[in-house]
Amino acid sequence: MKRLIAALLALGAIGAAAFWALTAPKRLPEADIAALAPGDAQRGERIFWAGGCTSCHATPGDEPSDAPALGGGLALKTDFGTFVVPNISQHGSDGIGAWSLADLANAMQMGVSPDGSHYYPAFPFTSYARMKLSDISDLYAFMKTLPAVEGRAPGHDLGFPFTLRRGIGLWKLLNLSPEPVLALASPSPAVSAGQYLVEGPGHCGECHTPRDFTGGIDKSQWLAGAKAAEGDGNVPNITPQGRDVGKWSESEIAEYLSSGFTPEFDSAGGEMAKVVRNMARLTGDDRAAIAAYLKAVPPHPNGYPAR
Amino acid sequence: MKKLLVAFSVACIAASAAFADPAEDREALMKERGKIAGDLSKMAKGETPFDAAVVTAAFQTLQANAAKGVDVAALWPEGSVGDGESSPKIWEDKAGFQAAADKFKADVDAAGAPADAAGLGVAFGKIAANCGSCHEAYRIKK
Repeated sequence: MKRLIAALLALGAIGAAAFWALTAPKRLPEADIAALAPGDAQRGERIFWAGGCTSCHATPGDEPSDAPALGGGLALKTDFGTFVVPNISQHGSDGIGAWSLADLANAMQMGVSPDGSHYYPAFPFTSYARMKLSDISDLYAFMKTLPAVEGRAPGHDLGFPFTLRRGIGLWKLLNLSPEPVLALASPSPAVSAGQYLVEGPGHCGECHTPRDFTGGIDKSQWLAGAKAAEGDGNVPNITPQGRDVGKWSESEIAEYLSSGFTPEFDSAGGEMAKVVRNMARLTGDDRAAIAAYLKAVPPHPNGYPAR
Repeated sequence: MKKLLVAFSVACIAASAAFADPAEDREALMKERGKIAGDLSKMAKGETPFDAAVVTAAFQTLQANAAKGVDVAALWPEGSVGDGESSPKIWEDKAGFQAAADKFKADVDAAGAPADAAGLGVAFGKIAANCGSCHEAYRIKK
């Protein structure tokens, strides 16, 4: 009996050690970051708008700006609880002004903070993980040009067990990978460029794709639309089988991403209005590439129930 | 008394006919705005030649449309939630929504009837900005 208890305790200890090892926050190889050429702020500006940072991190109520104040504070009310978006301005202690390039790259691609804890995937690092490190270096240079904003946003307000950040380590094992979502057969240069923008910095799939029971993106329904994570309504299906986008031509999709007007002259609403403001700052070629990719993705029926 | 009752009933029927379905009324209003924007956009961008008669007519329709739109209480009465597009914020922030409707009307009125392509471009840009800003705050995702 004593031996059995000892064995069980040992097994338990091994299990706990395994959990601890598996869920440990992992960082990018230092050498990869050290090998990067210095970032270029001008190129980084494009990545900044493609990444849609302001949509969540801009101080709520601020007018759109060329050099937005990224004070955070927006509350995202989800089924897991309320996430409060942090200050990522250049403020040394309240924002990320003291961060190194490695800190930014690890945050965006590994979901790990400088002090080595996991970020919640409300921050779309699973998409940013597909970005080129050189783009993050450029982005870092651009973000250095943005203003410092004083004040920390309040903490998240989540229910148990989501308060246990260590568990995100397990979630990452299932859901975090730098691999592209789709393996497209001989894509054109435009489709490839669009794939990078949509799957990587643009993080379109985070809202436009349904999630599985772990809360990870269900890649078998990529971009099929989903029930909105926050608030009412559905996020539309943007595959070729989508009710709206599926019928639009590539130039109509590009126009929508520039002006917010659909071919019927309806206009983008909700969060998408912010997304369009960001996309409008990209080049026409970038918007055309996104449109080309959306025409190349596999069609899916709607990823949300009919109403 | 009977006469009064009849008059009252007639008034009720008339009222309910006028406001039979505010959700339909407001949808029609929005559709008309979209149609005008569609008619004018190519001209505003200089893709089709400027046609003063078309522009003047379109702006007259748009001004009448915007004037109807400021009657927020009739178009979005209490309890007419659930058309799948009007955000609950319309009722939570009535003052803000009214201000958005008023601003749209002011911008449309200020445009008058643009006399050339450049003037149309400027006016169109100003007016169209209202679509996005109002939809961002007061319309839910579909």
